[in-house]
Amino acid sequence: MDMMVLVQVLESTMRLATPLLFACLAGLISERAGVFDIGLEGKMLVAAFMAASIAYVSGNVWIGVVAAVGVSVLMSLMHGLASITFRGNQLISGVAINFLAAGITVVIAQNWFRQGGRTPSLSGDARMARIDLPFATALRDVPVIGPIYYGILSGHALLVYVALLCVPLTWFMLFRTRFGLRLRAVGENPAAVDTAGVSVVGLRYAAVAICGVLCGLAGAYLSTGLSAGFVKDMTAGRGFIALAAMIFAKWRPWHALGAVFLFGLLEAVANRFQSIDILGVNLPVQAMQALPYILTVVILAGFVGKAIPPRAGGAAYVKEH
Amino acid sequence: MSKGRIPHWADVTLVPLTSVFLAFVISAILIWAIGESPWAAVKLMVEGAFGSSYGWGYTLFYATNFIFTGLAVAVAFQARLFNIGGEGQALLGGLGVALVCLYIPWPHWSLALIGATLGAAVFGAAWAFIPGYLQARRGSHIVITTIMFNFIAASLLGYFLVNVLRPQGAQDPSSPRFPSETALPKLHEILGVFGIPFSTVPPVNISLLVAVGMCFAVWFMLWRTRLGYQIRAFGESEPAAEYAGISPARITIYVMLISGALAGLMAVNSVMGEQQRLVLNAVEGAGFIGIAVALMGRNHPFGVFLAAMLFGFLYQGGAELALWTGIPRELIVVIQALVILFTGALDNMVRIPIARLFAMRGAR
Repeated sequence: MDMMVLVQVLESTMRLATPLLFACLAGLISERAGVFDIGLEGKMLVAAFMAASIAYVSGNVWIGVVAAVGVSVLMSLMHGLASITFRGNQLISGVAINFLAAGITVVIAQNWFRQGGRTPSLSGDARMARIDLPFATALRDVPVIGPIYYGILSGHALLVYVALLCVPLTWFMLFRTRFGLRLRAVGENPAAVDTAGVSVVGLRYAAVAICGVLCGLAGAYLSTGLSAGFVKDMTAGRGFIALAAMIFAKWRPWHALGAVFLFGLLEAVANRFQSIDILGVNLPVQAMQALPYILTVVILAGFVGKAIPPRAGGAAYVKEH
Repeated sequence: MSKGRIPHWADVTLVPLTSVFLAFVISAILIWAIGESPWAAVKLMVEGAFGSSYGWGYTLFYATNFIFTGLAVAVAFQARLFNIGGEGQALLGGLGVALVCLYIPWPHWSLALIGATLGAAVFGAAWAFIPGYLQARRGSHIVITTIMFNFIAASLLGYFLVNVLRPQGAQDPSSPRFPSETALPKLHEILGVFGIPFSTVPPVNISLLVAVGMCFAVWFMLWRTRLGYQIRAFGESEPAAEYAGISPARITIYVMLISGALAGLMAVNSVMGEQQRLVLNAVEGAGFIGIAVALMGRNHPFGVFLAAMLFGFLYQGGAELALWTGIPRELIVVIQALVILFTGALDNMVRIPIARLFAMRGAR
């Protein structure tokens, strides 16, 4: 693999990792508060559709992003209603959200645009513009720094950098603020939080809403940044890869960054090569596609360090009388 | 909680029916919102699914798939295990069927059916065994591992179809056609023996009878055998079951084996009964529909049968709808999602008002 190809693969890794990173942090915050969310995929999908269609109609991508976040938060609140208020099964609610998204996006897209469940392709201001980082062109020909800074880091949509910024923000929120402490407490021992006079329901709804915002950004980037328009089922399992990355990172923000880059790299490599030879072993493309899932199962099985989810995750909190 | 206040008959009829009713009302509003007539849509669906033996044939064909996957999810639910991996287990079941049909020279379809049934069950069960084992012995959350295994199964099948089973020079990633000896008798041939005319087009075949047989077998297993008792006891209360000497690890693994085998059996209908070859998307979401079917059928084989028929109707009716109106097939996915939402996640929203109604009646 020569240098050019390496830079291209890493550049594409940056883009492919972005929706994963948003969704992974979304799941992380929700699960830290004790609400399992396997509906990341569905929320991303609805957001992707909303972003593309509103951006197309309005001609402004940012109005699309706002709409995407709005609809994703709405889905999150539905998940909250089912799993927090009515104390239903969080996993089943997530499954329902995924199917609802898969179905309704196509039904509405067909009704609005009549293009077989896709939106018209976006161009101009309806797509996310690429941003050149400062001095990128000036540093272009400098060895080592040039390819890394100009070739890989610079020239992405704004949301790529927002996603990266979300990592320290999430870390800070979870581990350095009072809200974050309570959020984590509610995922470990909701009864204790309740005893301290803090609303378990309120905290969980807050976490679920933040999760919705981040999924909205993930979906919006997918349809207006990574590609130019919405197509049926365009999330293609990314919500589950994000879930896998979250487990792989053991519910920690900085590790999540590493996990999504690893999984993004696998996707970038799988997109570019049909098979690769590693140490004389021929790895088919299907193996690279399956690798994130296999790695996650290995981690879950506890063969390489144990992944322990928040203790109160998945269970609704019932106040004592 | 409020469960005790609802009479049993209402719990198994009123609660799921109310949920389905709510799902249908919202779907009707959606149809109306996209400018179509809900009433015309219902008429078209009912006519398309039940108006002819052609429609019936497809309805029953889809229902056969859903009985298998629904039973798979239901058995796991009885032990409070959420097997979301029916999709992957059915994919692997398809691989089992394909290998059995392609590499063993069967003299007659009846023997091939037995062989393929075993192949599908063994492959499906094997694929469910790993998540079951990991849950039982390593405490890995079964929902997450079965989701992961769905994706791994899809990649594995893709690899097999592209690199192993695909005939030389063929473009499509699919296996060669199965030998004609393995073709299962269609329903019209079976009914023809009794002189009953039936459309020759739909792929509904003898696996329908296998599916109905499985409903009885699962019922018998759950309520008439020691293992079934242990499964249900484990589902009701794990500590109590353990105290009674039931090994949680053993039950978890057994349940997942049975569940995976049932999901795998779906391939007998779809791969052997219809396609006669293995293709990439042989399952087409039926594994996930099993979740809706099991929830609606209250995890009882008879309920699963009825719910599978309802979803068979929805699938066939939905196909007709897509053919004649501007409503795409995905509407059925929306209905399916709403059924899962109301019968599964928002169960309490439906249950609490019904419980209140009964409490009011009781007070009078």
